[in-house]
Amino acid sequence: MSLSGNVAIAGAYEHPTRWAPDKSESLIMAECARGALEDAGLELSDVDGLFAASMSMGIMGVANLAEYLNIKPRYLDGTNIGGSSFVAHVSHAAAAIHAGLCEVALVLYGSTAASNAMAIGTGLGGGGGDPEAAFIAPYGMTTVGSYAMVAQRHAHLYGTRPEQLAEIAVTMRRHASLNPEAKMQKLITVDDVLESRIISTPLHLLDCCIISDGGGALIVTSLERARDLAKTPVVLQGCGEAVCHQEIGAPDLLTIAAKQSGEQAFAMAGMSHDEVDLCTIYDSFTITLLVTLENLGFCKPGEGGAFVGGGRIGLGGALPVNPDGGGLSSNHPGMRGIFLVIEAVRQLRGGLGPRQVEGAEVALVHGTGGTLGSLHSGATLLLSRD
Amino acid sequence: MSPKEIEYRTPSTNWQTLAFWEGCGRGELVLQRCQDCGIVQHRPRGLCASCLSSSLDHFVASGRAKVHTFTITHQNGMPAFRDACPYVLAYVDLEEGPRLMTHIVGCAPESVFIDMAVRADFVITDKDLGIPRFVPA
Repeated sequence: MSLSGNVAIAGAYEHPTRWAPDKSESLIMAECARGALEDAGLELSDVDGLFAASMSMGIMGVANLAEYLNIKPRYLDGTNIGGSSFVAHVSHAAAAIHAGLCEVALVLYGSTAASNAMAIGTGLGGGGGDPEAAFIAPYGMTTVGSYAMVAQRHAHLYGTRPEQLAEIAVTMRRHASLNPEAKMQKLITVDDVLESRIISTPLHLLDCCIISDGGGALIVTSLERARDLAKTPVVLQGCGEAVCHQEIGAPDLLTIAAKQSGEQAFAMAGMSHDEVDLCTIYDSFTITLLVTLENLGFCKPGEGGAFVGGGRIGLGGALPVNPDGGGLSSNHPGMRGIFLVIEAVRQLRGGLGPRQVEGAEVALVHGTGGTLGSLHSGATLLLSRD
Repeated sequence: MSPKEIEYRTPSTNWQTLAFWEGCGRGELVLQRCQDCGIVQHRPRGLCASCLSSSLDHFVASGRAKVHTFTITHQNGMPAFRDACPYVLAYVDLEEGPRLMTHIVGCAPESVFIDMAVRADFVITDKDLGIPRFVPA
């Protein structure tokens, strides 16, 4: 029996908070667990697989979390490949469930990135105590800077204009204005983006995701069991993972992990691009979304600038992306992957009002972790409504 | 106010990477070549990351490279870089193959372009080690 089509997401919960100075990471995760279990119609005692990562979880992290939740799962996975971790956790959970190693998997993320004043985009990099990091540390590569190097090369090779990148930020803000929980609601224009200050050429402040607090949870189980639970199951059809770096034999910087993980997900699902009704794609920066669409094969390399224009990726367009407003406008608590899955699940269940993609049957989810222009991970899911 | 020079710290080293940093201290870009499969690798390692052979030797590279991509960093909150903005962060493709992260210096940030020919230049640190940057060729 194939993994494709036999495992489902039965519960999903996004913490409504965007600012939680009174909460810890663990508390946010536990509140999210409560929300997702309630959503699925399950109890904490049903959980026998725990999957989690966070900005601070290290050795024993997932075990500490099990202790906080007072559960004793029979399957633990603390894979931490950055923001894509939770997208990967879904496929890891699916494999474990399919192999009979657990039955009800809980995937968790929580963060107080904003209330801890973490300068994720421009405050990291520099370190240097580690000989392995010494080849990067002297150069002050910010997170923004790494992505900006991708944008600069894209502009050089294909003539992609700042206006085209800005269009992505404008679209995400329009979506956020329809999402009552989104942090940024006020509509913006292309000129607003271009007039915001340059952080790292060619990226402006409004080309960058926001920083918020927040968290989320997912319940993954067999499709068979999911059909007996509270909500319409969202079925895993395909998945893939990849890592990309700039070491020996590095390809052009514009070939990213999404190429490999996307090809694998489509092959596993036996689906074609025209079957996809919407995407949720990690939009840490405007360029991230653009090159991810190219690498996933929705358009050819170099065509992303034109592809994202004309309303195509907006609600009502041919391929709506991030109807919740994404990381650029809804929320971005450090590692955003779990929200990509949550919004895809909500869209496939339907009934989201003005931000609903009408008749959504198939969604593609793609998370990016790390820094796109240097070491990064990618994880892709193809999900369908049961 | 013109930006401050970046003050480079003495690099952390181990036996696998020391030859590279010592080379920089002499003004030489030292790379590893696998004696079994012939590949040139960077960063240096204790084995060949292509064929896993332990037989590696070092050679002095030309120092010539082309800018693969770059960005002018206008904001970095880290104390070591805060006052050095704007500075040019770049990847350069060395003539010998490997890609290096670096700074482009010795010219106005706005004059840097992709495919620009550059050459290695070194800042000497404590312990006679060095940090490679690139300047217009």
